[in-house]
Amino acid sequence: MNEILGLSTLDLSRFQFATTSIFHYFFVPFTVGFALIIAILQTIAFRSRDPNMENLTRFFGHLFFINFAVGVVTGIVQEFQFGMNWQGFSTFVGNIFGVPLALEVLMAFFLESTFLGLWWFGKDRIPAWASLASIWIVALGTSVSAYWIIIANAWMQHPVGYTLKDGKAVMTDFWAIMTNPKGLEWFAHIWTGSLTVAAFFVLAVSAYHLRRQRQTQMFTVSFRVALIVALVGSAGVVAAGHEQGQSAVRDQPMKYAAFSALWDTPEGGSMPESLIALPSNAQRENRFEVTVPYVGSLLAFNNLSGKAQGINDLQRQYEAQYGPGNYIPSVWPVYWAFRVMVGLGGVMLLVSLYYAWRWRTGKLADPGRLYPLLLVMPLAPHLANFSGWIATEMGRQPWIVQGLLRTTDAVSSLNPLWVLLSLAAFWIVYLTLIGLDLFLLTRTARSGIHTPDVESPSLPSPTYLPGGQ
Amino acid sequence: MDLAAIWFALIGLTFVIYFFLDGFDFGAGLLQPFIARNERERRAVLGTVGPFWAANEVWIILGAGAIFAAFPLWYGTLMTALYPLFTLILLALIGRGVAFEYRAEVDNVRWRQFWDVTAFVCNLLPAFLWGMIMANMVRGLPIDSEARFQGGLSAAFSLFTLLGGLATLSLFVLHGATFLLLRLKADTDLHARARAAALSFGGLATVLVLAFVLIGFVQEGRFNALGLSAWLFPAGAALNLALVWLALTLRRDTLAFLATGLTIVFSTATIFVSLFPAVLPSTLNPAFTLTVQGSASEPYTLRALSWAAGVFLPLILAYQGWNFWVFRNRVTGHDTADEGELVYGQHGGQDGIPGDPSASDPSAGRPGDPDGPPAARQS
Repeated sequence: MNEILGLSTLDLSRFQFATTSIFHYFFVPFTVGFALIIAILQTIAFRSRDPNMENLTRFFGHLFFINFAVGVVTGIVQEFQFGMNWQGFSTFVGNIFGVPLALEVLMAFFLESTFLGLWWFGKDRIPAWASLASIWIVALGTSVSAYWIIIANAWMQHPVGYTLKDGKAVMTDFWAIMTNPKGLEWFAHIWTGSLTVAAFFVLAVSAYHLRRQRQTQMFTVSFRVALIVALVGSAGVVAAGHEQGQSAVRDQPMKYAAFSALWDTPEGGSMPESLIALPSNAQRENRFEVTVPYVGSLLAFNNLSGKAQGINDLQRQYEAQYGPGNYIPSVWPVYWAFRVMVGLGGVMLLVSLYYAWRWRTGKLADPGRLYPLLLVMPLAPHLANFSGWIATEMGRQPWIVQGLLRTTDAVSSLNPLWVLLSLAAFWIVYLTLIGLDLFLLTRTARSGIHTPDVESPSLPSPTYLPGGQ
Repeated sequence: MDLAAIWFALIGLTFVIYFFLDGFDFGAGLLQPFIARNERERRAVLGTVGPFWAANEVWIILGAGAIFAAFPLWYGTLMTALYPLFTLILLALIGRGVAFEYRAEVDNVRWRQFWDVTAFVCNLLPAFLWGMIMANMVRGLPIDSEARFQGGLSAAFSLFTLLGGLATLSLFVLHGATFLLLRLKADTDLHARARAAALSFGGLATVLVLAFVLIGFVQEGRFNALGLSAWLFPAGAALNLALVWLALTLRRDTLAFLATGLTIVFSTATIFVSLFPAVLPSTLNPAFTLTVQGSASEPYTLRALSWAAGVFLPLILAYQGWNFWVFRNRVTGHDTADEGELVYGQHGGQDGIPGDPSASDPSAGRPGDPDGPPAARQS
C-alpha cells in the first residue's frame, strides 16, 4: 500500500511540510518585527515616564501576545516533522542541520518564552529598567531565532563547510556554515520582510484609531514608529531580494531560470525579462509571453549584457553531472509566486514613501485618501511571504539539499494513510488557529485603549500573596 | 567517557528536566476541572502555571533538537516509527498552548468552557503519550537493518507501553497536585482539595509505576541489564513515592513537591540508564539495534554542540530560576468583575520590589475610560 487517493507518502509529506511551514510563517515574522516595535515604544514610554505611552505599549503588547503563543506551538511541529516525515533527510543532514536548530533553542527560544512572561506578568514585580530590558531581550531572541533557522535552510540551498562520509553529510567547518553567504543574504531579506509584516499591521491599527480621532497623540506616536520601520523594512526587503536574485544566478541557476521562466539561454547580446508568461513544463517552453529587453540583464547582473542559463541547457548539464533524471522544477507556480512577491514588495515601498511624504508635509494625524488601502495592507507582506516560500522551496526541486540529496530519497517510509490523517488534522487545527487569531486580533485592535472587557492574556491574573504564604 | 555517551546522558537530563517541569503543567491542568469549583478557583489554578508553562515546554524542543543534532539516526527512526503518537502530541501541545493564551481573551462563559475542555484533552494526551513513547523506546520497535520501521499501528501498543502511559499520567497528576499545594494560598478549600487529590493519586501512581517496572522486568526482560548500582534509580523512585505520602500527612508542601519531582527524575533516569548502550532496540534482530555509538554524529559536530551547551545551559538555568523566583509567591483567585488592573490601566515605571504583592494603584482617568478609576484590588 504505497498510495492513497492516488497520492504517495512523498506527495502527502511534501504537502504537509508546505502546509505547516506556511501556516507557521503566518505568525513568525509578525513576532520578529512586532517585538522590535514594542521594544521601541516601551523605550519611549520609559524615557518619557508618560503613563499614556505605557498604556499604548501594553495595548500593542496584548496584540503581540495573541500571536506569540500560536507561533511557538506551531514551531514545535516544524522541528518534529524533520524526523517524522523525512527520516532520510534527518539521517543525511543531522550532523549539520541539527546544530543550528539546537542553537536556536539554546540561544532564542528559552530567552523569548522566559522574558516575555517576565515583561508581561512581572511589570509590578521587577524594576522598570528590568522590564524594559526584558522586552528588548525578547526582540533580540526573535531575531536570533530567525538567524539560526535561516542558516539551517541556507545550508540546504547552498551546502558549505561539509564533507560526505558513509553516505551522510558531515560538518567540517562550523564557521563556514554560520557565515554561509546565502544565509546572510537571506537573513537580511527575511528580517526586513518581518519588519514590514509588523509595521503594516501597526500602521493599520493606528490609522483606524486616528481616523476616529481616538487618542490621537498616542496613535500618532505608534504610527510614526511603524512608518519608520515600514520604510526600513520595505526598502531593505527589496534591496536584499535584489542581491539574492543575483546570487541565485550563480548558486542555483535552475531556480533563477524558473523565476524568470527562461527556457533557453538568450541568443542576443542581452537578456530580456518576461513580464507575463504561461510556462509549460510538458512542452518545455512558454506558451505565451511578453518580454522587455535588457531588463533581465539589469536585474541579474546590473549590466546590459549579462545572460543567465536557460532551463533546457541546465537540464542537459545536470544530466551529464548527476545522471539521467528530471531536474526541472514546476515552473509556473515558481514563476508566478516570484512575480507576486516582487510586485507586493514594490507596493509596500510605494505606500511607505507616500506616508513618509505626508509626514513631511505635516498631515500625519489624518490617514488621508489611502486609508482603505492602509487597512488591507497588512495582508500584503503575508501574501509576499507565502509567495516567497513557494518560489524558493519549489524552485530547488527535485533537490531537498541542492546537488546532494533528492527529495524522493529523503522521505520516511510511512503508511500514506497516517500522513493523510495527520495532514487533515493539521489543516483543521491550523485553519481554526488562523481564524481565532484574526478574530482576536481585530477585536482587540478595534476596541482600542481603554479598560477592556477582555482579560489579559493567559493570565488569570492571579493575586500574589506577600511573603510566600 | 566519550562524547557520544556524554550527549546521551545530556539528552536524558533534558528529558528529566522536561518531565519535571512540564509534568506539573499537565498535572495542574488535568486537576483543574476536578478541584476548582468556580471561576475564581479555576483562575487561581491556571495562575499557578501561567508564567512558567511556555518556558517549561521549551525543554522538549531542546530535547528533540539535541537528538536530531547528536543522534540523527535515532531521531528519524523513532519519530517515523511512532508517527501517530508524535502527531497526537504535537496537536495536543498546540491546543494546550492556545487554550492557555486564549481562554481569558473573551469574557464569555461558553468560550471559557470550550477552552477548559480543550485544555483538559490536550493535557491528557501528552501526559499519557510521553509514557507510551518512553516505554516503546525501552521495549524496542520492529526496525530492520536499514533502520526502517517494519510495523503497523499495533506495534506501539502492548500492556507494557499502555502501563507506561498510565504511569506518566498518574505521576504527572500527582506532581501537579503537589505543585498546587506549593503554589496555592494555604488553608483554603481549594488547597485542601488539592491535598486530597495528591493523596489519592499518590496511591494510584505507586501501583502503576511498580506495575510498569514489574511487567518490564518479567514480561519484556527489560531492566535486568541494570547492574546493581543502576538499581538505585527505580529504587529511588519507589522510595520517593513513599516519601510523598509521609510529606502529605505531615503537611510539608515543599517536601511533597520535591518527592514527586524526584520520583519523576528517578523514573526518567531509569528509562535512559536501562537503554544504554542502545538508543532504540530492534525487536526484529538485536543486530539491527541502534546504539549510542552507531547513531551518533561525528566528533566535530558533538564538540560544536558541547561548546554551545556549555555556554548557554548555565545561562538558561540561571534566568529560568530567576523567573521562578520572581513569581514565587502563592496564588489566590480573585473576582473578575472589578478587574481594573488588567492590561493597560497602570502607570508604568513603578519600581515594584520583587516579592511585593502585585497590586499597585490603578491610574486614575485613563483616556477613553468612561468609568473612571476601577475599584482598587484587594489581596
